[in-house]
Amino acid sequence: MSAIRLPRHLLSAGDLSRDEALLVLDTAEELAQLADRPIKKLPTLRGRTVVNLFFEDSTRTRTSFEVAAKRLSADVINFSAKGSSVSKGESLKDTALTLEAMGADAVVCRHSASGAPHRLAHWIRGSVVNAGDGTHEHPTQALLDAFTMRRRMGRLEGLHVAVVGDVLHSRVARSNTLLLSTLGADVTLVAPPTLLPVGVDSWPCAVSYDLDSVLPKSDVVMMLRVQRERMHASFFPTTREYSRRYGLDARRMANLPDDAIVMHPGPMNRGVEIAAEVADSVRSTIVEQVANGVSVRMAVLYLLLGGALDEEVGA
Amino acid sequence: MTPAQPSGLRPDHGTERPVSGDPAVARPVLEEPDVGRALTRIAHEIVERNRGAGDVVVMGIPTRGVTLARRIRERIVAVEGVEVPVGSVDATMYRDDLRLRGVRPLEETEIPAGGIDGRVVVLVDDVLFSGRTVRAALDALSDLGRPRAVQLAVLIDRGHRELPIRADYVGKNLPTSLRETVHVLLRETDGRDGVLLGPADLGRPPTADTEEAAR
Amino acid sequence: MSRAWILRGVRPLGAEPTDLYVDNGVLVDEAPAAAEVLDVGGLIALPGLVDLHTHLREPGREDAETVETGTLAAALGGFTAVHAMANTEPVADVAGVVEQVWRLGQDAGHCDVHPVGAVSVGLRGEQLAELGAMAESAARVRVFSDDGKCVHDPLLMRRALEYVKSFGGVIAQHAQDPRLTADAQMNEGVESARLGLAGWPAVAEEAVIARDCLLAAHVGGRVHFCHVSTAGSVELVRWAKGKGWNVTAEVTPHHLLLTDELVGSYDPVFKVNPPLRTAEDVAALRRGLADGTIDAVATDHAPHSLEDKETEWAAAAFGMTGLETALSVVVEAMLSTGELDWAGVADRMSVRPAQIGRLGGQGQPLQPGAPANLVLVDADARWTVDPAQSASRSRNTPYAARELPARVVATFLRGRPTVLDGKPA
Repeated sequence: MSAIRLPRHLLSAGDLSRDEALLVLDTAEELAQLADRPIKKLPTLRGRTVVNLFFEDSTRTRTSFEVAAKRLSADVINFSAKGSSVSKGESLKDTALTLEAMGADAVVCRHSASGAPHRLAHWIRGSVVNAGDGTHEHPTQALLDAFTMRRRMGRLEGLHVAVVGDVLHSRVARSNTLLLSTLGADVTLVAPPTLLPVGVDSWPCAVSYDLDSVLPKSDVVMMLRVQRERMHASFFPTTREYSRRYGLDARRMANLPDDAIVMHPGPMNRGVEIAAEVADSVRSTIVEQVANGVSVRMAVLYLLLGGALDEEVGA
Repeated sequence: MTPAQPSGLRPDHGTERPVSGDPAVARPVLEEPDVGRALTRIAHEIVERNRGAGDVVVMGIPTRGVTLARRIRERIVAVEGVEVPVGSVDATMYRDDLRLRGVRPLEETEIPAGGIDGRVVVLVDDVLFSGRTVRAALDALSDLGRPRAVQLAVLIDRGHRELPIRADYVGKNLPTSLRETVHVLLRETDGRDGVLLGPADLGRPPTADTEEAAR
Repeated sequence: MSRAWILRGVRPLGAEPTDLYVDNGVLVDEAPAAAEVLDVGGLIALPGLVDLHTHLREPGREDAETVETGTLAAALGGFTAVHAMANTEPVADVAGVVEQVWRLGQDAGHCDVHPVGAVSVGLRGEQLAELGAMAESAARVRVFSDDGKCVHDPLLMRRALEYVKSFGGVIAQHAQDPRLTADAQMNEGVESARLGLAGWPAVAEEAVIARDCLLAAHVGGRVHFCHVSTAGSVELVRWAKGKGWNVTAEVTPHHLLLTDELVGSYDPVFKVNPPLRTAEDVAALRRGLADGTIDAVATDHAPHSLEDKETEWAAAAFGMTGLETALSVVVEAMLSTGELDWAGVADRMSVRPAQIGRLGGQGQPLQPGAPANLVLVDADARWTVDPAQSASRSRNTPYAARELPARVVATFLRGRPTVLDGKPA
């Protein structure tokens, strides 16, 4: 393997070249073995400080990053800025200055505003890992999704992946579309016209309004969470109609090719975008996506922090 | 992986050249048959020392250590007629020099079926130099299980130890100066077997899979 | 300070060098006695620039700007008159507030301040403000606008257009359908899809413009469109003018130069209302300004404190400063490309805005008898924008570290220099 280096920040899945993305997946493959070992710890990031900066609640993602960092022996600081004392727009820069004082080598940032990690990257010395910013991106989610697909299906090149649901508001959809096309998969977005962004034609994917015609050709179906509140802004008339036209129920699942898998980034709206029996079926990768998340995040943290940092190298 | 071709070499099969030769040229210190014989001898020594191969697990340190481990294991199996587990232990995550360079890609760690607990692990590497790689591999091993004993087999011991590490089985002792470089070529990765001794700058850019850069 | 000036070797509107004489506040045809001489050979002389659209923030947000600092920035940018928008705190919807702002302008003395009166009480879009009282006040308001917000109720807009006819007023509409732009962050298009920011469709501006052109025609009123930003808006204004309707429009300097690709850095210095649009829109706006479809350049100078801009995008305020860079940006976008000459720049940045605002003493030809409101420009200068050097209290300029052409050397307000040698006089 030649010396591939990740960019300093991981803000968008589109930042990764094909080689860089494969490096993350291959590294994660190696690190996944750790889960089966008696000692689930490596000394590599000892002395590095990773800060989990979560402005938006997400126990699952935060815990996943925390476990990943701790398994690499890094020091983890959980900085939860959610709460009434912190008002919108007042704290990001102040928080950045506090992080600098703490000597954070990496900041894992989740925020409700698209672009917040980009601003943070301007103000701190360490690496910023985007753990989900508004409706923009969630790069480590896309990486763990790709990792899961590759493990289950044996390949990514030429795989037919359908991403179904509220694409307009989904950071998972954006990151996955970018990463999967970089890795050679064929992505089709399926949604009602109201939930597709103007400008989606410029994305490296196909678009369809008709779920039933896409399913028989799909190797992977990724269901996105749809929020009931969207009904009130007239994105769709009722959850009943949404479910009928775009929900993955048992009948539709039977129309999938035999070895097709079903994925969901979570949390699920059982009964809206995905039926309970589908979520619990053998096709579903929802549980292993969680375990894979730790391996992938370990890989990302290792590749960002495991060598000399910019200021440590003379050149 | 494409076999790395050393540049500026004049292959000189057979004749032993004086050390003070043309500094721009690497000279062979082990030819193809020598490598094979060294590995055969090591295999026999392992069997002799451990009174058979019943308890032995051979673990190579990537990358060329893994190739050598497989060859040693084949020879043990041929001699003893018993199955000998073989695997690899990547020491990258345990190195003490990670912060000195850009991040290194990981190699493969493969624990053979049956594990290493209570077994005699024979670590295999191509060149023993400062001893730091072996130290890291020992730490990696200890997180993978608890061997009864760990022994070390190397094709070349070139001296200049920086830690109290010594090899149990050595293909060839090769005293070198710090300014010299040792290149191990193996059929599986480089197209032929051989060990070359050359000056510091041979034109081959140091990469992660050049063991010299790792030492 | 001298009352008499000889401006030697200037080039009025870019014409051949000549001398201009100023005495007692007006241009005169003979060199006055005891005059101060400015050897300004080669500088372009323009009538003092007039801004139809500026935010001076006083009263209420003096942390971002005051009438004093804003008008000083204006003078440094070559302006001799600015229209101060009404979205202050309290809103300028009664005679008392507009007179206060007008007086603050007089006291500062850097340029004339013409307060804009709100169309509706509190900018709430429900009830007409006392437009007549504001027109009769010392501020003599003629331009009325709820800028910051759209007069979206068609009935209220109709009434406002009708009502101001009695005193020659004009309604300046901020065209933005509120329902189509709820929580919108940037232009809706390829970039907004990529960046995950809620989109602001062009139709939200164009639909309101179409409606108000028709309303103005129907009631025989005068409508002016603030900061038009899309190709569609230009086409609609062209259509309305072709019908002979009393419609005028302005464009900001930034909409002539910058596109929504800049939002990719998520730096809120590029967050503005209306948002930066596409290259096609920029091209159409330039053509519209060149052929006169768009009558005027207006800065929409919108100063904001650091706290309001140094945040994540969604939490940041909309707006860019612009008084000090306006002329340079117009030169970069229109003169350097050959779409306008200096006479054209004078027309769009002084003559037409003065006409729309009904300012008799501004935007006059540089001839004897005219009030001596003028600006001298070094057309060959190039300068690098440094926000820290700005006279405005705020630093939110999108041109930081950018090199721009043309520099204001001197500004005269009725014969009195407000700026000399590029610095406050």
